[in-house]
Amino acid sequence: MPEVADNPLVEFDDVSFTHPGSASPVISLLNFSVQRGEILVLLGESGCGKTTTLKLVNRLLLPTAGKVTVEGRTTTAWDSIALRRRTGYVIQDGGLFPHFTVAKNVGLVPALEKWDQPKIKRRVDELLSMVGLEPNVFADRYPRELSGGQRQRVGVARALAAEPPLLLLDEPFGALDPLTRASLQTQFAAITKQLNKTAILVTHDVREALMLGSRIGLMHEGKLLLLETPEDFLKSKESRALAYLETLKLPAKAHERSREERP
Amino acid sequence: MTFGNFLQQNWPELLTLLRQHLWLVFISTLIAVAIGIPTGILLTRKQSLRGPVLGVANVMQTIPSLALFGFLIPLPFIGGIGARTAIVALVLYALMPIMRNTVTGILGVDRNVREAAVAMGMTDRQILWQVELPLAMKVILTGVRVATVIAVGVTTIAAEVGAGGLGVYILRGLRQYDNNLLLAGAVPAALMALTADFSLGLLEQRFSVDTKIASRRRMVVNRIFLGAIGLIALVGAYGAWSASRPDPRSAAGAGRVVVASKDFTESGLLAEIVAQMLEARGVVVERKFELGGNLPHDALVAGQIDLYPEYTGTAYTAILKHPPITDPRVVYEQVKTEYAEKFKLAVSEPLGFENTFAILVRGADARRLGLKTISDVAPHARAWRAGFGQDFMSRADGYPGFSKAYGLKFAGQPREMNLSLTYIALSTGQVDLIAGNSTEGRIAALDLVQLEDDRRYFPPYEAVYLVRPTALTAVPTLAEVLKKLAGAISTDEMRQLNYEVDANKRGQAEVVREWIKSKGF
Repeated sequence: MPEVADNPLVEFDDVSFTHPGSASPVISLLNFSVQRGEILVLLGESGCGKTTTLKLVNRLLLPTAGKVTVEGRTTTAWDSIALRRRTGYVIQDGGLFPHFTVAKNVGLVPALEKWDQPKIKRRVDELLSMVGLEPNVFADRYPRELSGGQRQRVGVARALAAEPPLLLLDEPFGALDPLTRASLQTQFAAITKQLNKTAILVTHDVREALMLGSRIGLMHEGKLLLLETPEDFLKSKESRALAYLETLKLPAKAHERSREERP
Repeated sequence: MTFGNFLQQNWPELLTLLRQHLWLVFISTLIAVAIGIPTGILLTRKQSLRGPVLGVANVMQTIPSLALFGFLIPLPFIGGIGARTAIVALVLYALMPIMRNTVTGILGVDRNVREAAVAMGMTDRQILWQVELPLAMKVILTGVRVATVIAVGVTTIAAEVGAGGLGVYILRGLRQYDNNLLLAGAVPAALMALTADFSLGLLEQRFSVDTKIASRRRMVVNRIFLGAIGLIALVGAYGAWSASRPDPRSAAGAGRVVVASKDFTESGLLAEIVAQMLEARGVVVERKFELGGNLPHDALVAGQIDLYPEYTGTAYTAILKHPPITDPRVVYEQVKTEYAEKFKLAVSEPLGFENTFAILVRGADARRLGLKTISDVAPHARAWRAGFGQDFMSRADGYPGFSKAYGLKFAGQPREMNLSLTYIALSTGQVDLIAGNSTEGRIAALDLVQLEDDRRYFPPYEAVYLVRPTALTAVPTLAEVLKKLAGAISTDEMRQLNYEVDANKRGQAEVVREWIKSKGF
């Protein structure tokens, strides 16, 4: 049957999550799966539950109902440390350790996994080159000495360090200026394609979703409204999807409005 | 005497006090760090404990240090007279800044960084050691720095409970109005505080990322820095080692007598007299001199000391809480009986002189206005300012009863200050009337006149020794010495002894040695 054949890497099965002491659930009855090699983008506004969904995958949170399965095992059955080390995690502005050099930040998980030093160094150099940072220049710098874009590149390199089968990215390019963002998005798309990575990426930027996602999940108030390929998303008649697509035309509209306001 | 001369003469003693001071600060800060940082870490993990524990520590810090010492004296194991009590109090003070800064530092670590650490699969222990502590270290060290500087300051007060340290010089200097002593105590203490502040500040800087960035290419600075830290640790360790060596004087076991005194010259002299006479007869003596307030009484009752000089009037009114009466014989007998009953303490024969409150005015005023008795003051009092020691302001036979008995109303509330300073305040015209001690050596030297207590308000203050009976049985020599001293010191003699120390700035031990020799004891 198809379920055996497609063997998803991550699977959400009627998952709900409510904060302790809160009446309303952050997400409710979420069902979807992520196939190996695909990049699933969760699109939605702030507070729609997309970050919570991400945290349920690497057991930063446990579902209050339903089950999340990663590599065939529910997250409750996973040892949380082992699960997290098999999951690369990138957050806005990188979440780099300010007291670690770039090399030490990138080599963090390999070091936790007790790789030997020469191997860590080779891996760090390889990753820095891959994200476009010259190792000789950047390895010994501290995060404070980097630009926002450079920090984000280090964040991505750190997430990839121990070759995790799964990447989780929480608005990784959200804090960057538009030009840096665009260049990093292009580079990220190339890297994931080259490495054939599976990833879940959370964003509120529909442009980013269309550019990076193999499928786009539109979330609203803790529910998944639709889950489509970018091509189908563009054709969707769902009202919130339309609202998002509308934002792509916003510059033209703003231009018109500013003309109307003129006396 | 110039300050240079003073240092030259007292160099060994100053070094000893400095070492004691260093040791008290070093050991108490070390203990506070050992307790405070782990507790602080625990408090970041257990939110429910945070409020109560920090609250208690906070209250602890608001207790005035002398009061805290007072509370600790009677406690078993942690209390008593000497270094142990001081260390306990110092630790209690140092704990708060260290604990609070540990909590603040760890909780202040960027949320994103902590979340990233968790998401990378770091264990709680790894997060603590590799992320939270390194990032919080600067704030934690600020706490340690504050605690150390506080400890240097509070340690000067530890001299009041006989813990030694530079406070000994400061207290003595205040009492004798001796600037050399004050300077010799205060300057090293200030320098110690500054050095601690500066070197811990350097250590703090090392944990800042900016410094890491700057020093990445400057290994030399690192070396110098490590050298400095090493040196400080070495000095601390030396202080610790030398201070912890057993005091050769207290090495003997049985037949040892612990002699204490209050924190004024006469009490010190009377205690020194007994101490030297005992030592001359082969008894090992431990001195716990210059204890503040009622600490000697508490310490004697608690069995931490064997003997200290007291005045019958003080025992009668301040300790036994009786209203003042004027018959010396009745007071003495009453004190003797009640001390035996209530405290199981013995009272020696009177030493031969009284040290009552002496109401003093400037000689010039006395002659100009023809003042002889306290009653003569009443018409002038409204225009006069009075200055009294803390003791006189608070005790039953002190200011409230005194002003009522003579119907005295001064211009404003009397200035309450250190007793020793009142003499200077009077002679320099800052106040017009004080209540000094009748045996004060400086009365004549400063041209002050004692007014007669014509309404016989003040109770008699005969000098006696209060003794633990167990010490009398264990060391028969002690009883022999006390018997020799009965009625042996006249008021004039006492005044002269006080004068030698207070006005001529001579050493207490030396003055006592001469006196004992002259008496043929």
